[in-house]
Amino acid sequence: MNRTVKSAIGVVLTAIMLFPVYWMINVSFTSDTDMRDDPPHLFPLHGTLEGYRAVLDQQLPYLSNSLLVALGTVAVTLLLAAPAGYSLARLRPRGGGVLSFVLLVAQMIPGIIMAMGFYAIYLRLGVLNSTAGLILADSTIAVPFGVLIFTAFMSGIPGELTAAARIDGASALRTFWSVILPLSRNAVITVSLFAFLWAWSDFVFATTLDGGGTQQPITLGIYHYIGNNNQQWNAIMATAVVASIPATLLLIVAQRYVAAGVTAGAVKD
Amino acid sequence: MTHPTTTRVPAHGPVPRAGTRPRNTEQWTAWAFLAPIGVYLVAFYAYPLYRNLDLSLRNYTVRSFVQGDAPFTGADNYRTILDDPTFWPAVWHTAVFTGVSLLFQFTFGMALAVFFRQHFRLSATLRALFLVPWLLPLIVSASTWSWMLNSDSGIINAALRPLGLDAVNWLTSPTWSLVSVTIANIWIGIPFNLVVVYSGLQAIPAEIYEAAALDGATPWSTFWRITFPLLRPVSAITLLLGLIYTLKVFDIIWIMTKGGPADASMTLATWSYRLSFGNLLPAFGPGAAVGNLLIIVAMIFGLLYVRTQRKALR
Repeated sequence: MNRTVKSAIGVVLTAIMLFPVYWMINVSFTSDTDMRDDPPHLFPLHGTLEGYRAVLDQQLPYLSNSLLVALGTVAVTLLLAAPAGYSLARLRPRGGGVLSFVLLVAQMIPGIIMAMGFYAIYLRLGVLNSTAGLILADSTIAVPFGVLIFTAFMSGIPGELTAAARIDGASALRTFWSVILPLSRNAVITVSLFAFLWAWSDFVFATTLDGGGTQQPITLGIYHYIGNNNQQWNAIMATAVVASIPATLLLIVAQRYVAAGVTAGAVKD
Repeated sequence: MTHPTTTRVPAHGPVPRAGTRPRNTEQWTAWAFLAPIGVYLVAFYAYPLYRNLDLSLRNYTVRSFVQGDAPFTGADNYRTILDDPTFWPAVWHTAVFTGVSLLFQFTFGMALAVFFRQHFRLSATLRALFLVPWLLPLIVSASTWSWMLNSDSGIINAALRPLGLDAVNWLTSPTWSLVSVTIANIWIGIPFNLVVVYSGLQAIPAEIYEAAALDGATPWSTFWRITFPLLRPVSAITLLLGLIYTLKVFDIIWIMTKGGPADASMTLATWSYRLSFGNLLPAFGPGAAVGNLLIIVAMIFGLLYVRTQRKALR
């Protein structure tokens, strides 16, 4: 098989794989009158922006809530995971192995079960339907992964660099802040990226902990649309397209970090 | 990974701290950096899990849920769910959903990884595009599939008609709903398998393939005699991780079918949610009990994963 044929096969396979994504975009431009035509229109020839107008009219608060929740989750995750990773990688704490193990196991707890526990606690504390509550819950998806990435990355930083800082009399905190953290830029990006995406995409915690009130994220914006009896599929799909923008942007801008993050948890540890 | 570089730092080096024992100070510093995550793990993992266990051991009603004075009933909730006619079907659906998803995700992922491994133009770009389904919010994927599988206006049924096949009620017939959510889940999981297996492939030295090519091995026998056996550790890890991820899938099923119709696509995860949140009268106790059963299953495979990974690293 020559290379051109392989490229062609590759393009066809990718097209098949991405067909649902194309279909989402296509439907988002299809007008209500064409929506239930048989067979469905493969291209939005008589396209409409109705769906996107609905997004602008109804979904902006949801989108800004999601942005806030995602950024908050990134902040919480970095704040907790970076120092922990530093300690586990460089300071050899007694019991560090146990902690790493606990974090690994924590990743495997189904989100729906965490959500139930959180619900019971939040109800008592009266913090249901709050942005802060959702941020803290969402951070549980990303923190164990973050520690794992930081530990692996910081272990690889040459010891000479920290030794030099130490000879100059720098404290552990200063070494962490001025030497290790600046060198860990790639790890910071990878962790931030995944924390953002997971919080942005979260549905389980949103629907259990943030299902009422005015601070709901975009995943619930879409969910409410689907639940409506007069399902406006162009509006649903337009919202879905808009909700997919962060993932798409990150894939374009930070592709190598994405691939690194996917494999890091699985094989490298 | 060990830390060979850190050990070179002299423990009794020129740190100007006479009088205190350096080892102790170091331990204090190390744990000071771990303190935030330690507190966090207790408050945001251990405590919710404890609350969940507590929920499953008491007879909660909406009122006692708020007031917190539910009577202790021991294993009653567990007995309730075991006797529930939904229990065994939910276990079976969870097993089928997980098993079939894994089989296809892994097979497709492996085949695509081997394909993309051959360097051709666009290979890297196309491989990156394959990640898209995995990165999209699950509600986006689930609602897109819902519309594609719509009985009257879906593109899938429209595509089947020219082939002489009848329209299928993908999401609304008990025969097909589990199949439908499994198809959507396979689509979402392929990228993960592709990326992990691909990274495993890159660890196989090119010389082995060159030697095989010199010996005149066919691509087919090269795959089964070289690639597949050498990928065994990576495959085990991929499958176990996939298993743990798939066991807890809730979003896709709930958004597409809510576990229905007539519980035909109800898994342990969706059942647990429905018991606690999906009815007008929530059954928190039984819901938590189902959740705890799910944790036990996930943990068994989780520990198996940790063991396999340790072995693979050695």
